Amino acid sequence: MDKGFRFIPEQASEAASQVDALTLFLTLLTAFFTILIAALIIYFSWKYRRKSEVRPAETKTNYTLEIAWTVIPLIISMVIFVWGAKVFVHMKRVPEGAMEIYVVGRQWMWKVQHPEGRREINEIHVPRGRPVVLTITSEDVIHSVGIPAFRFKMDAVPGKYTQQWFTATKTGEYHLFCDQYCGTQHAGMVGKVIVMEPGEYEAWLNGVKADDTPLGSGKALFDAYGCAVCHSAQAPSMSGLYGRKERVADGGTGKIEDVQVNDEYLRRSILDPNDQLAVAPDGKPYARGIMPSFRGRLTEEQLISIIAYIKSLKNTPAQREVVP
Amino acid sequence: MTQSTASIPDPHAGPLHDDHAHAGDAAQGGHGHSHPAHVAHHFDDAEQQKDAATLGMWCFLATEVLFFGGLFLGYAIYRQRYPEAFLIGSHHLKLTHGTVNTFILLFSSLTVALSVHAAATGNRKGIVRYLIGTLILGFAFLGVKASEYYGEYQEKLIPKLLFELPDPAHSEHMKELLEHNPRVKAAYDDPVRRKGLEQQLQLFFVFYFCMTGLHASHMIIGIGVMSWLTWRAHKGHFSAEYHTPIEISGLYWHFVDIVWIFLFPMTYLLRH
Amino acid sequence: MTAINYPESAPVVEENYLNVSYDVKSWLLTLDHKRIGVLYMITVTLFFFLGGFAAIMLRLELATPKADLMQTEMYNRMFTMHGVLMVFFFLIPAIPSVLGNFLIPIMVGAKDMAFPRINLLSWYLYMTGGTIVLVSIIFGGLDTGWTFYTPYSSQFAIGNVILALVGIFINGFGSIFTGLNIIVTVHKMRAPGLTWGRLPLFVWANYATSLIMVLGTPVVAITLGLVVVERLWGVGIFDYRLGGDPILFQHLFWFYSHPAVYIMVLPAMGVISELIACFSRRRIFGYEFVAISSLAIAFVGFLVWGHHMFVSGQSIYGAMIFSFLSFFVAIPSAVKVFNWTATLYKGSIVWSTPMMYALGFIGLFTVGGLTGLFCASLGTNIHIHDTYFIIAHFHYIMVGGTIMGYLGGIHFWWPKITGRLYNETAGKVSAVIVFLGFNLTFFPQFILGYVGMPRRYHFYPEEFQLLNVMSSAGATILGFGYLMPLVYLIWSLRHGKIAGPNPWQATGLEWETSSPPPPENFLEKPVVNHEAYNYHEQEPTPN
Repeated sequence: MDKGFRFIPEQASEAASQVDALTLFLTLLTAFFTILIAALIIYFSWKYRRKSEVRPAETKTNYTLEIAWTVIPLIISMVIFVWGAKVFVHMKRVPEGAMEIYVVGRQWMWKVQHPEGRREINEIHVPRGRPVVLTITSEDVIHSVGIPAFRFKMDAVPGKYTQQWFTATKTGEYHLFCDQYCGTQHAGMVGKVIVMEPGEYEAWLNGVKADDTPLGSGKALFDAYGCAVCHSAQAPSMSGLYGRKERVADGGTGKIEDVQVNDEYLRRSILDPNDQLAVAPDGKPYARGIMPSFRGRLTEEQLISIIAYIKSLKNTPAQREVVP
Repeated sequence: MTQSTASIPDPHAGPLHDDHAHAGDAAQGGHGHSHPAHVAHHFDDAEQQKDAATLGMWCFLATEVLFFGGLFLGYAIYRQRYPEAFLIGSHHLKLTHGTVNTFILLFSSLTVALSVHAAATGNRKGIVRYLIGTLILGFAFLGVKASEYYGEYQEKLIPKLLFELPDPAHSEHMKELLEHNPRVKAAYDDPVRRKGLEQQLQLFFVFYFCMTGLHASHMIIGIGVMSWLTWRAHKGHFSAEYHTPIEISGLYWHFVDIVWIFLFPMTYLLRH
Repeated sequence: MTAINYPESAPVVEENYLNVSYDVKSWLLTLDHKRIGVLYMITVTLFFFLGGFAAIMLRLELATPKADLMQTEMYNRMFTMHGVLMVFFFLIPAIPSVLGNFLIPIMVGAKDMAFPRINLLSWYLYMTGGTIVLVSIIFGGLDTGWTFYTPYSSQFAIGNVILALVGIFINGFGSIFTGLNIIVTVHKMRAPGLTWGRLPLFVWANYATSLIMVLGTPVVAITLGLVVVERLWGVGIFDYRLGGDPILFQHLFWFYSHPAVYIMVLPAMGVISELIACFSRRRIFGYEFVAISSLAIAFVGFLVWGHHMFVSGQSIYGAMIFSFLSFFVAIPSAVKVFNWTATLYKGSIVWSTPMMYALGFIGLFTVGGLTGLFCASLGTNIHIHDTYFIIAHFHYIMVGGTIMGYLGGIHFWWPKITGRLYNETAGKVSAVIVFLGFNLTFFPQFILGYVGMPRRYHFYPEEFQLLNVMSSAGATILGFGYLMPLVYLIWSLRHGKIAGPNPWQATGLEWETSSPPPPENFLEKPVVNHEAYNYHEQEPTPN
């Protein structure tokens, strides 16, 4: 991902240049009128600075001028409106044959589903050069999918599907942000859109089940897969977890028991989180289905790294109180 | 313009009057200018005070229109979205009670208008009589409403707290509706849609209770105001020259009536 | 050039509204609109600095990309506190309830507002609402943002949502009653000869504002009430799982909150008209057009709320209509800017402190208004929605516009309200500091938003840091610029020069009475027989 300082984001989608062209026009317009007004103010302030014995002239209304500077801005506004509407309609009309990807937002992660079966968390892999339409919804509050490099934005509204399309034009990795305040970890609900050459994308789609990321360390994985986002907020904390006894409820029967937190327990919790549900400080077990399963998304190596990382987390003083 | 009698309260007394001096006061023992005691100090004359009070009340009623309006808009949107469920809702409101209440309110607006007329003709006893009539009708309205609410409680139509989708076996209204309205029947017979119906019907009753509750609270305020005016009228505070409080409170009462004139058809009468 | 004491144009009055009595009860139970204006002035200043404190905390945190100054919940509560306090307890009441209350009765030649007791009630509603909101923020917290979007606010947010909404609801009625008072006063209590066409533009602006306050506020009141109902009762008005619609909240909320931004800026525009006229010694160019433009803004402002919702799943057609109408609301504002600039032409201009705020307003409001075109235009709105671009846009108008207008007005009418003159050099220096600090704070945010930084983010990608540091540096300077007037204005209460009735040689009924005015504003009821801003009929000003 480009981490340099920029004035505008990379143009990585087909719509981006259209949006930027309009922006450029509006910027020039803004600059023109701002400089004009500022220059007039400064010039008049100097030229007509107060001198004694000068009585300013009576002001007479100049209807021509009034009409002129009402109508001309109106015309300019209509030009902007039409131009903006055209760009907008282009961005809204989903082309035939656009590839559909489903995005579900929930506090505080993005769950992405490709129709062919691949699933991702906080990442969207797409092929370059092909129209892609995102069908978006939310499981809880209103979120928003924002991809600045594509000039893309669409809210994720619970209870309905929203759609927006794009065609990526440059390979690379681009920021994915949540753009509607959604609670505590709103700022953490970020990820990336990864644009690949079509061939590579196909390979990725059909290839190795687990994501092949260059990240080796367990901590990096813990952050990258969104574990940190929930498990530092409303989910059970990992600090000092390994080696103690944890109260859990059986996912099927609901029976409460105490289990030893060992490697096997951690592995089970990551792959089949609904088998045993941790019990919160208030005595009630966490609900089923909140934590997604990572089966098929992590290699064994990565699992081991993550478990090793969790084991390393010592007791920290501020254990967050979970409020139901 | 008749000068005030001792029984009219001195607007200069009381905690909310700040003791500012009057220009030219020093030479005289009190007011440097004369005005009837019912005209507040900052007004030029009684007419200005009355005009201001009337415009003020109209502005306030405009705010009330927008206040109720937001709620009614929400109701209308959901009505349009869930016609079957809202039909069930309307059918389970007590049409007789609602109609009786409509007449009670209309009649009470008549008694209010008559009390204003009595005031304008200096008929002190008349004001009191008609205001008391208004109060009785106001209380009657609330009584009928309370009995409706109790009925809704008995029929388990209180959202979230005590709510069940009416069963045609127990509810005549439901039975009739299912017989005569194929759309509602189709929705009811489909198990998935029936669940939706229950939720949507709860939404109907949420709005019903909010709308009638907001209206009733305005009635209660109106009753309070009218009671106070009755007492003041009884004490002789009003005259043919000065009865603005009765007029503007009458405006308020008429407004609350008009809200009901919209509320009643929107909730009770849309049955098809 | 410092203000000069001209020969008195009104008789000296020993007793004024300030010294007529000193005890606390006479202030807390006052019916005098001037005292109520002063009460508001003190309390909006308090809320301003509380909201400003929150802003400084946010900007300090945002100087670094990571979350290192405070916990995330605290950050979210901070920006909520900033928005709620600034919008509801500073920007909306500041000019109408402080300057409007003080000046409008005097400007129309009346002894008081139409309903003095309701005026006092407004202040108590404001204080009650404000106290409740402060309590809710401090004890338990509020992290919904000032926009309270559902379903987050109605179901998910923990904290004192209900209490905060009750406070805002109560405050809203204070706002409604202020507006009602202004409308009736302007309609019914004008002095003989004072026709609508002779009213100062400050009165026109506040009148238009009052129309919005009276018609818009009830809608947000019922909307917030429904959120309270949902939280208390557990029903699903905005919960899709129970048949509700979260987007309904947005429609109802923005139906008020968009006009609300005009409540915030129109009175400031009214102030600017007064300042430009006085410090160029000319009638405002196109007076009728400026007056009518206030009404036009109020009217069209009610038609554009959907432009906050272009990406919420609106239909293309809905979006087009709202975008189209949003351009129309820009035109009357442009007309004002052109007319103010034209007023300077062939005027007799002096850059006093109020004038500096006024001219600064014109420049910054022009930028803010023109960046509104980016927001109205559908093609660009999608990209900048919910980013720092939007934050920059509305701060240019709210801070670069409204706050500059408020400060300009406070400085202009300070002699009238207090009878004292402040130190002119200190005034000018602060105005420059505020102007520079403001631009450094908010201009980088346009770029920050366009490169994609979302709103309400506690931490952000590293590449955004440079612009954030610039913004935070600016905020520090701006904060300092705001503290300065607090110091020298309070200092002037004891040590400032005595002002006299008309230190600025301005036109307007308020300058024809003493400074401070007597309790009933005038010794004799004024009669008006000339246009507003009749500077051309005055003697030339000695230097």
